[in-house]
Amino acid sequence: MHYRLEASDLEQLLDALKADGYALLGPQRQDNAILYDTLESVADLPQGWTDQQEAGQYKLKRREDAAYFGYVVGPRSWKRVFLPPRKRLWSATQQDGVWSISEEPLPTQKVALIGVRACEIHAIAIQDRVLREGPYPDPYYTTMRAQSLIIAVNCTQAAPTCFCTSMDTGPNATFGFDLSLTELLEPAHCFVVEVGSPKGQALVETLGLPAANDPDQARAQAGVDQARKQIKRTLQRDDVKALLYRNLEHARWDEVASRCLSCANCTMVCPTCFCTEMEDITDLTGDHAERWQRWDSCFHGQFTHVHGGPVRQSTRSRYRQWLTHKLASWEDQFGTTGCVGCGRCIAWCPAGIDLTAEVKAFRESEHTQENNKR
Amino acid sequence: MTQKPKLAVWKFASCDGCQLSLLDCEDELLAVAGAVDIAYFPEATRRMVDGPYDVSLVEGSITTPHDAERIVAIRKNSKKLITIGACATAGGIQALRNFRDVKEWTSLVYAHPEYIDTLAHSSPIAEHVKVDFELRGCPINKMQLVEVLAAFLNQRKPLVPNHSVCVECKLNEQVCVMVTQQTPCLGPVTQAGCGALCPRYLRGCFGCFGPKENPNTASMATQWRTSGASESQIFRAFRGINGYAEAFRLESERSEQRLQPTEQEAK
Ligand code: SF4
Ligand code: SF4
Ligand code: SF4
Ligand code: SF4
Ligand code: SF4
Repeated sequence: MHYRLEASDLEQLLDALKADGYALLGPQRQDNAILYDTLESVADLPQGWTDQQEAGQYKLKRREDAAYFGYVVGPRSWKRVFLPPRKRLWSATQQDGVWSISEEPLPTQKVALIGVRACEIHAIAIQDRVLREGPYPDPYYTTMRAQSLIIAVNCTQAAPTCFCTSMDTGPNATFGFDLSLTELLEPAHCFVVEVGSPKGQALVETLGLPAANDPDQARAQAGVDQARKQIKRTLQRDDVKALLYRNLEHARWDEVASRCLSCANCTMVCPTCFCTEMEDITDLTGDHAERWQRWDSCFHGQFTHVHGGPVRQSTRSRYRQWLTHKLASWEDQFGTTGCVGCGRCIAWCPAGIDLTAEVKAFRESEHTQENNKR
Repeated sequence: MTQKPKLAVWKFASCDGCQLSLLDCEDELLAVAGAVDIAYFPEATRRMVDGPYDVSLVEGSITTPHDAERIVAIRKNSKKLITIGACATAGGIQALRNFRDVKEWTSLVYAHPEYIDTLAHSSPIAEHVKVDFELRGCPINKMQLVEVLAAFLNQRKPLVPNHSVCVECKLNEQVCVMVTQQTPCLGPVTQAGCGALCPRYLRGCFGCFGPKENPNTASMATQWRTSGASESQIFRAFRGINGYAEAFRLESERSEQRLQPTEQEAK
C-alpha cells in the first residue's frame, strides 16, 4: 500500500517525529557540501540544490526546481550516528591509591534519520552484521540502532560516481526503513510514501495520509527507473573475489600505489568501514586516565604495528588490503560484500582513485593474457 | 614525598614560538608546574637550577659551531631529551640556506660578514645527538606538548599519531577543500597534529607538521598540477617550514627541475 504526502505537508511529518520524542538528523547545505546534521525543520533541507560528482571532485549546484532531495550522497555517512568518529569508552580516577572506573553512559536520545538512500540502508545492514549481530556486539552501536528510525528516500537521479546497480543496493530502498519517500515534482510537488514497519504505519495514520493513486505510483517508479538509467559506472561482481585473489602479486598494485596517498580519506567516508583504534591517555599527575575509541584505517602504518614496526609498510600492501577487504575477504568474514557502490571513496579521494577502474584493470590484464596465449 | 622531575627548556635557532606555547598552556600550566620542577626556562623565570635534568625540551636548530657543542653538553646533562617544533625536528625555515651558498648570503645581508660565524647548514637536533622524542609542528600544538609531558612523566608512549592531516579533517567531519574547490592542500602528505586547522577555515594545509609516515609527495605534486597549481606554487609548498625534512626536500628538488627559466630566477 502506497500513500501520498503533499510537499507542503513535509513539515507535519517532521513535527510528528519530534512529538514522538525523536531528534531529527538530515541533509543540509554546509561548507560547500550536503551533510547530515541536526535538522530543525524543513527549511534546513537543501531545497533546490544538487551535487555534481566525479573522481576526486564534488561541487554543489543550484537546481532549476524546488526538489528537497535532489542530490545524491555527500562526505558524511550515517555511520557517524552509530559509530561516532571519536567516543570516550571509560575514564578512571585514582584517589588515595584506589582506582575507580566509570563507564561512559549509553545514549538515550531516539533519533530519526531523514533521507537515507538505498545504498546507505545496505551499508547499515552490513555494519549491523559486524557490530550488532556478531559475537561481540558494540553496546553504543546496538543502543543507537535500537532507538533509530529510518525515513528513506528513493533516488530519482544518480551521480556519475554511483554504482549501486552493480552491487544490487539501489537506487530504491527495498527493506530496512520505517517509511520510504519518492519525491515527485510534476504535476504537483509531493511524495509517494511506502510503509516498512509498524512504526511507519503508525506515522502514516497519525498524519492521516491518503492512498497514492496509480499515476502517482507510476511516476514514482519512473523516477527510480530514471536514476537507474543514469548509472554508468559498473563493477562486475560475480567473480570479483576470485579475480582479486588470483592477482595478489599483480603489478597493478604497484601502479595504484604510485598514485595512492595513503591518506585514508576513502575509509573515513566509506559507510561500511568499521575499523577503530583505542587511545589511552592520562593527565600529568597520572591520577586520571581515559580510553577513547576513534576511527582508524588500514591505510595507516600504526594499524598493523607489532613489535618492530608495521606489517604493512608499503602503500601497495595497504591499498591491496583495502580493496581485497571491501570486495573479497569481507565475504569470507561476514558473508556479504563490504561495498555498497555509493561512490564516496571515488569522489572524496584527493587523488581521484576509482576502485571500479582498478577492478577493471585486473580483469582486462587477464583478458590480454588469455588473448596472448591464444 | 619523592622529588618532582626537573624540567629544562633550551633554545637554539628559532623564533621562540614553540616554547611560548608552553606558557600559553594557561589552564594546564598550573598542572605542569605542579607536576614538574621547572629548573631551567630562561624565557619564563630567572631561577636557574643546575642539571642534571630529567626532561629537556629543546627548541630550535643547530646553525653555529657553538650550538653544536652546546647541544652535546645538554644531552649529557638530560635523562630524556625531547625536541619541539619544525626548527628542532627538521631544521626550520632557516634551513632554506641549506640549498644555497651561505657565504654569499651573509655577504649580501651583513655589513660586516666577517663577524658571522655560522655553519653552512641549519640542521635538526637529531643529526647531532640522540633524541628521545620529536614533537612536530610550526608551532607545536600545546595540547600535544602537555600529552608528551604527561606520557614521559607517567612512563608511557605519547599519543601522537603519525597519520595524515586528512584523518583529523575527517574525524572533525570537515569538508575537503581539495575535492570541493580544487584548493591545493598538503594534508594528504602532512602529519596530523594541528586538528586540520587550515581546512577548517577553507584553506589548504601548508605542511606545518612535516611529512607524515609513508608520504607520497610525488603523487601529491601530480594532483596539485592536475588541479591547476603552478610549478612554482608546488616548489614553494614543499620548500617551506619543513623544506629540509627528507620527503619534502626531495619533492622540492624534483619540482625545481621542472621550473621554467623565468620561475627559476624568481625563486
Ligand atoms: S585511495 Fe585515495 S583516498 Fe584512499 S588512501 Fe589512497 S589516495 Fe587516499
Ligand atoms: S577496508 Fe580497511 S578500514 Fe575498512 S573495514 Fe576493511 S580493514 Fe577496516
Ligand atoms: S568502498 Fe567506496 S563505493 Fe563501496 S561502499 Fe565504501 S565508499 Fe561506497
Ligand atoms: S582538506 Fe586537505 S586535509 Fe582535509 S581531507 Fe582534504 S586534502 Fe585532506
Ligand atoms: S598548514 Fe597544515 S599543519 Fe599547519 S596549521 Fe594549517 S592545516 Fe595544520
